[in-house]
Amino acid sequence: MDEEDDGVIRTRGLTKRYRGGQLAVDGLDLTVPAGSVFGFLGPNGSGKTTTIRMLMGLVEPTSGTARVLGHPMPRSSRAVLPRVGALIEGPALYGFLTGRDNLLRYDAADPTADPRTRRTRVAAALERVGLTAAAGKKVKAYSLGMRQRLGLAAALLQPRDLLVLDEPTNGLDPQGMREIRSLVRELASDGTTVFLSSHLLDEIEQVCTHAAVMARGRLIAQGAVAELTAGARGRLVVTTPDTGEAARVLKEQGAGDVVVDEDRVTGEPPERDLAEVNAALVAAGVRVRGFGLERASLEDAFVALTGEGFDVAG
Amino acid sequence: MSRAETAVRSPRPLRTLGLLRSELTTTFRRWRTLALLGVLAAVPVLIGAAVRIETSDGSPAGPGDGGEGPAFVAQITNNGLFLVFTALAVTLPFFLPMAVGVIAGDAIAGEAHAGTLRYLLVAPAGRTRLLLTKYAATVAFCLAATFVVAVSALAVGALLFPLGDLTTISGTRIGFTEGLGRALLIALVVALSLTGLAALGLFVSTLTNSGIAAMAATVGLLITVQILDQIPQLHAVQPYLFSHYWLSFADLVRDPVHWDDLVRNLQVQALYTAVFGSAAWARFTTKDITA
Ligand SMILES: Nc1ncnc2c1ncn2[C@@H]1O[C@H](COP(=O)(O)OP(=O)(O)OP(=O)(O)O)[C@@H](O)[C@H]1O
Ligand SMILES: [Mg+2]
Repeated sequence: MDEEDDGVIRTRGLTKRYRGGQLAVDGLDLTVPAGSVFGFLGPNGSGKTTTIRMLMGLVEPTSGTARVLGHPMPRSSRAVLPRVGALIEGPALYGFLTGRDNLLRYDAADPTADPRTRRTRVAAALERVGLTAAAGKKVKAYSLGMRQRLGLAAALLQPRDLLVLDEPTNGLDPQGMREIRSLVRELASDGTTVFLSSHLLDEIEQVCTHAAVMARGRLIAQGAVAELTAGARGRLVVTTPDTGEAARVLKEQGAGDVVVDEDRVTGEPPERDLAEVNAALVAAGVRVRGFGLERASLEDAFVALTGEGFDVAG
Repeated sequence: MSRAETAVRSPRPLRTLGLLRSELTTTFRRWRTLALLGVLAAVPVLIGAAVRIETSDGSPAGPGDGGEGPAFVAQITNNGLFLVFTALAVTLPFFLPMAVGVIAGDAIAGEAHAGTLRYLLVAPAGRTRLLLTKYAATVAFCLAATFVVAVSALAVGALLFPLGDLTTISGTRIGFTEGLGRALLIALVVALSLTGLAALGLFVSTLTNSGIAAMAATVGLLITVQILDQIPQLHAVQPYLFSHYWLSFADLVRDPVHWDDLVRNLQVQALYTAVFGSAAWARFTTKDITA
């Protein structure tokens, strides 16, 4: 099938300039491989949601093309969108309806959904996000996290080929975040491609196989997470009560960017054998509790790529 | 590939109506809709009670000096069925269209404001289908609102006044059953009189992401048009105002019925529906949904 080679999502030169003149997305060439859990990263205002809105046919691109599941968008919305579940910029719900009735309404909006299985599918989606007990409550009485879960349930009313989740863990407690992560893994193992946007780098790193990084509307990097982080070097971490002395020795041994954080001293590892660095620490009387290399994170990769932090652009 | 290819589901014509059903239940279960209908139901109760109290001393209904009260009000004491005509004549200039303006103005803009519009569209409801559904639900509200007034008036009329044969405006007498048939027809005509405004409100609703703004704008337009319709110098354009022929429903209480203005009213409503329906469609199908 063409969508296999093409990628589940493929954009070419995708650009959006809002009516106010704001260039939100600038010449985006994005390819999301089938079966991947794809992290779409970028600081606030970098154009993630705008990209997702164009992919979902909500916003017309100023120029460029977008294909989703092998079909051009927004032209093929009717064929594509029933196979896509989406959570865009947080959930939006009818406060005067119960959780269950919200899902019944969204399901009725899909002309391909079978009304005979509607109630069972709604019940299954509620079960999946752990809202069965609150299903009969009016949504205006839901907490932020419960709304987020209900929005997610709406995306899971049908088996989907693609799940697009814009900041899905917003407002969730740590338990909720863990549940989302395991849900994403579970869906991915069923073969659903998951496109996950976030400004929280570690969140993405834990579940994603692939990632793309946006900044100021432009794509800075994309590829497998392992490849992206391979470029950035890990950090040397020393755990010790004698942090001051340890920092001095590490600098002496050639470590760069030495940072002391409580009982941890970290730095860019020097070029020499780390065994010698450790020996030097011990020789200087530093009581070493832990000594090791920490794998490079996506954030390190991002900083290495851009030479800047993960901050909002004006 | 180990992908779970979801079975390709295709839209079925009947399932398309599922959205309309959902729209109707959502609209008519809303507290706001019920409040509007409640207010409308109360109007005939107030008129009926006022007439009953005022005539309890045997004086005729309406101002004693021979001035005009609302249409048909003088007849109510003879025949409770006239309360239906009076109530519709009283609510048609403002209460009914205001309620319709609220529902129509909120139709798209309210969903946009709540953000639910984007989820309906990715469901995917389809923009044309959603717009048609919204218009159909608004027209259903026009019918419901009108019938709430009519049924409430009939109930109050039957309770407080005698029912029976009625004298038409032309002076002839028709039987009660035929009178009831005319009342039904009038309610239908009054409901259809509101469809032009419904289309206008729906168009306004596609222009903004604020339900309140759209409702206010629609009701504002209603008031403006009602005022323009009163300015003698504007008589050349008045036949094109959506409210100009509204009160022509009274011609159904003539014998024989005068059809001219009734037909013109329906033509004006059809014109407004076509023009503003198309404008709403052109706007809504090309609009960026950013809310
Ligand atoms: N409706 C709009 N009209 C004009 N400009 C907009 C609109 N929506 C977004 N923008 C601008 O487009 C840029 C990208 O916004 P977007 O919402 O896509 O960012 P994002 O990456 O999703 O950010 P966040 O992480 O905060 O959700 C921002 O500079 C924003 O100000
Ligand atoms: Mg966003």
